[in-house]
Order: sequence, then structure tokens, then C-alpha cells
Amino acid sequence: MELETISPYHGYLRMKKKFPTVWCAGCGIGAVMSAIIRAVHELGISKNNIVLVSGIGCSSRMPIYVDFNTLHTTHGRAIAFGTGIKMVRPDMKVIVVSGDGDGMAIGGNHFIHAARRNIDISMVLINNYIYGMTGGQVSPTTPLKSFAYTAPYGSIDPPFDAVKLASGAGASYVARSTNYHAVQTSKYIKRAIERKGFSMVEVISQCPVLYGRLNKFRSPVEMLKWQREHAVTMKKWDKMNEEERTGKFPIGEFIDDDSRAEYTDAYAEMSHKAREEVRNAKNA
Amino acid sequence: MAKKKKKGTPVFLQGNEACVDAALTAGCRFFAGYPITPSSEIAEGCARKLPLLGGAFIQMEDEIGSIAAIIGGSLAGAKAMTATSGPGFSLMQENLGFAYIAEVPIVVVSVMRGGPSTGLPTRLSQSDVMQSRFGPHGDYTAIVITPSSVQEVYDLTIHAFNCAESLHTPVILLLDEMLGHMREKIYIPDVDDIKIETRKYPTIPPDFFKPFAVTPNMVSEFVAYGEGYRYNVTGLTHDEEGFPTANPNEIKKMLRKLRKKIHLHRKDIILYDEEFMDDALYAVVSYGSAARAAASAVRKARSKGVRVGLIKLKTIWPFPGYRIHQIAKQVRGILVAELNMGQLIREVDRYAMGRCKVTGSFRYDGRALEPDEIYENLTELRSIKRR
Repeated sequence: MELETISPYHGYLRMKKKFPTVWCAGCGIGAVMSAIIRAVHELGISKNNIVLVSGIGCSSRMPIYVDFNTLHTTHGRAIAFGTGIKMVRPDMKVIVVSGDGDGMAIGGNHFIHAARRNIDISMVLINNYIYGMTGGQVSPTTPLKSFAYTAPYGSIDPPFDAVKLASGAGASYVARSTNYHAVQTSKYIKRAIERKGFSMVEVISQCPVLYGRLNKFRSPVEMLKWQREHAVTMKKWDKMNEEERTGKFPIGEFIDDDSRAEYTDAYAEMSHKAREEVRNAKNA
Repeated sequence: MAKKKKKGTPVFLQGNEACVDAALTAGCRFFAGYPITPSSEIAEGCARKLPLLGGAFIQMEDEIGSIAAIIGGSLAGAKAMTATSGPGFSLMQENLGFAYIAEVPIVVVSVMRGGPSTGLPTRLSQSDVMQSRFGPHGDYTAIVITPSSVQEVYDLTIHAFNCAESLHTPVILLLDEMLGHMREKIYIPDVDDIKIETRKYPTIPPDFFKPFAVTPNMVSEFVAYGEGYRYNVTGLTHDEEGFPTANPNEIKKMLRKLRKKIHLHRKDIILYDEEFMDDALYAVVSYGSAARAAASAVRKARSKGVRVGLIKLKTIWPFPGYRIHQIAKQVRGILVAELNMGQLIREVDRYAMGRCKVTGSFRYDGRALEPDEIYENLTELRSIKRR
């Protein structure tokens, strides 16, 4: 318990249990984990009231290290498990951590349907453009012409844009940040947890060991520099023409909308009405 | 068989409806499902009734999501169920494996139809017998329950929940198209007459709590999320605290626990009915809706003086192998009647250990077995000379 005196955030880690983490040196997932912890700490939510759900992959190892109610599920299904938890305990905060493969390839269906329902789940999508756990295969976000072990001559798969996908499917809060922009990451995750309804924060992260090595990034620092150079704020993005936009991506808060009903609220209302109707029918 | 006077309220129900009513009586408060013939009435019934009881219903985007949601719901503290049929049940296998390893109490109903693949959506079959036992990869022991009448659907759905909740394991309830859609008069027992099991909640404080502790009866304590016991649940091979492990001793300990948990409680789980077995020289083993035709065939044979008995299995997994072996020593031949090309007969044959002849009466054309077919097969069995 000495560690708690060092930093308030240490209380959120299962320090005695499974450290050090499985993540490689220079990996960006740890930074996202700290962003989540900072967000939760600032919001002052009890650890008992948070369920952190993940699927399979590097990022999905996160639940093992943090001291919430944690659930490490099957590949791509974290949101579906989270949906069940939220339906039974609408008062609890469900945070889903997912990678780009986990969240948008195998779990793409659950992702868009959770956004469509607008169920109150906060999804943190850690996008490092590659399958890390399995050793560097092409993912649905790998940029065109980038290299991966299953795209040895350059990827020909057009990548997904997670922000557009979530927005199109009806999410209530959509934001994108990078690991270079750590303060914003934490701010957006905080907002995502606060916002009722489905929220998605995409964090562009770095995988120096696989994506970096295959695509001629010499160090994690170089990858962070790449993030700084290619991430453009929304304001700037709007002023840019097509040519200037090539290869770059906007960061910021794209959607923050409270107009749609949250799913468990809608369910509670429907359930209340149905009970009233039955009661009235009995009395009549 | 002498008709016993039954206690309870008589109602006229469809098999699928009886399953819903029994699940709600057993305390089911969360259902997630995806429409599939011939199980959709179960989802429809839950959608209608759960909101009125303060429970939750959700129609998911697929069967994979359905079973995932009920595992999540169960971990959040609700008794949970899903219902599907062959193709959807195939999709559920991965997450079913998750529920085995993470020891999550859930009930999965499969209203069986013909297969493989889309097969016969509106015809009956007992096609999930092996899938329900060996579907997910890895070593575990499944509990699979097979009612044969609407009354049994009601009673055994409650039994399924009791097994799941007391042993913290998934339980599979196999109905078939005929049973799901058939209407019969049943007696709903009084609430006081129904025994309902609940999870074993922890008595120790959170700091010392081990969610997967190995106990003398192999059942750990269970606490839902949000109760102050923050623990990890994973589909990876894990230690008693729920953290991934690759230690050979921990792996063995965990896998043995999964198997032993069921084995130690097999007497509470395994249910079967016997008829005319005392002096039988032949036995018919059957389960599910095939057992109805089998019962009819056995009675016909008895009326003609043939010494034949019936064993109707209500639990096919864990298999009542000890009893089948005893019977194999008693009789000259066993006839296995089932609605497939022979799935459970392998297990009967395995436990007969060559002590008697084992033949089958199979039907796999989407139609029900007729009593006369079974009777004929029985006559054939009797005509086989002993080896």
C-alpha cells in the first residue's frame, strides 16, 4: 500500500498481481491505460462501479492490470458482453477497450449495433494499424500500401475510418486522439464516460515492434512524431483542401450529441409503460 | 403405467411457451436472443413477459452476441438464458466454451432441427446431441438435458437453471421442433413445491476472495460485478484468482476442477425414468420426443408378452453410463431410438462394453419416429442370435 502514497493512480492498478505487463517497450497501450485511469479518477467514480471489458489482442490484456470489475472475453465480442452487463446493471459504467482488429474486423458487427442502439457503453478503440498479439498481420485500419506480414507487398485493403463508422451508426459521442496528444486522450475518455449513450474514442497508437519495424519507423519516438505531424485539429482540417488532407487525419471531438435516447433508459421507460398497461387492463 | 394424480394448476401450453414460463419461475431475469426457427417463440415469450417482471430482454445482432450478452448479464448478477436452434447453436460454441472456463451460470436452449447447416428449419431432428457435448474445443464436462413432453419441458427447464446456478456452469436444454411447437396439457406446480437453487455467495471479505477457488466440492463462491469484490474473469486458462497462467500445475488444477465439479454432483444432475425394467430381457433407450414413440412401442411389445423395458433419459450428458452398464449385464439387447443417424448409440455401446447386443432405431428424414418402426426394430433385435 506504500505505492498509493506515490501517486493516486497506483490505487487503480493490481500492482501486486500481474506486473510487469505483456506490452513491448515503446508500446502505446500503457499510455491509453493511464489515460483511462486519469479519466476515471477525475470523474471520481467508484472502482466498484466500473466494468472494464475487453476482447482478445494486445490492448485487450488491459483488464488484467487495472483494479476494476474486469472481464477479458473472446475475440471481438467485448461489446456484446458489455451489452449484457449494462442491461442487467444500468447503473454501472461499462468501458470497453478494443484494438483495431478486435473492434472493427471480428467485432465490427457488435460495434455498429451498439452504436445503433445507443447503449451506454464507452468504447476506447486503440488503433495501432496492425494485429500485434498474433505477430503483425494486416488489420482493417492498416493504411493502403503499408506493410504487414500478411501484406508483404503492401496492403491493397482500403482501411476503415472508425470515426465515420461510429458516427454513421449513430454513436452519441465520437472523438479521435493520438498517443502524442495524451492530455486530449484523457479528456475525451472522460467525456465519453460522462456522456450517456454509446461513445467511441479512437486513439491512434504505436506498435514499434511490428508496424514500426515493417514500415521503416526506426523508434517509438519517431512514431510519436509521425502522429504529431499527421494529426490535424478539426479547425485546421476544415480549412484544408483535398490535396493537403492526403495522408493526414483529423483529431478532436466529432460528435457530442444528447438528443437520442439511451437504450437502457428507453428500455426502462418501455418496461414501465408495459407494466402500467397490464395493470390498467386488469383493473378495467 | 398407472396415472398418478398430478398436483398443480392445469394449463394448455406449447413446449416453447412452457420453457419461457418455467425459466421465469426459476428466476430468469435476462434473455438475449436472435430469431431462428423453431425456437423464436421462446424469445417472443421473454420479450413479452420479462419487462413486466422487471427483467431485461434484448434481441441481439446475432447468436454470438446473444450468448455473449447473457454471460455478461449473468456476471452482473441475473439468471440468464438464450434460445436457438442448430445453426445458431453452432455459432454460440466459442462463447459457450468461455462460459465453461469462466464458470458462468447460463442456460442455453437449443430447439433442434435437421442439419447439417440450414438443413430442415421446420422439421424435427435430434441433431445437437454431440454438438452439445463436444461443441467447444478443450476439456470440460457439459450438462445436457432432454425433456420429452411439455410437462417435462417445464420441470426440466427449472432443473436446468438449478444445475447452472448451483454448479456455476452452462447448462444446455435440448428441445426439438416437435416438442417446441407441440401443445399439451401440463400441471404447473405450486411455487412452494418448486425447489429453486441460487448461487453460492461469498462469506469472506473481498481481500481474500478467490473467484475460482478450488473447494472440496469444486464449486467456488460467486459474486456479481459491482458488489465490491473486484476480480478478473478471463477466457484464458487462469489461476484461482482469475489471472491468466501458463503454469502446468495451475492448468491441470483448473481443468480438473471443471471436470470434477460435474462428476461430484452427477447424482443430482442425472435424471432418467425406467419402465418395465425389473424383469426385462430387452431394453429400449431413448430421449426427447423419440422417447414417446419408444414408450408406445415398449407397451405394445409388453402387451404381446415380450419382456422389454424402457429407459428414458432426461439427462444425456453427463451420460448415466453406470446404469446403462448394469442394464447391459441384465438384458440380451439394447435398442437405441433416436432422431438422427445414431449419435447417442455410440455412448450406449461404449458403456454396454460388449455385454449385450446394441442396435439402433434411427430416423433422419425430418419426420417423427413411429412406434411401429421401433417395434419392428425391436423384433429384429430379438431375432439376432447371440454372438
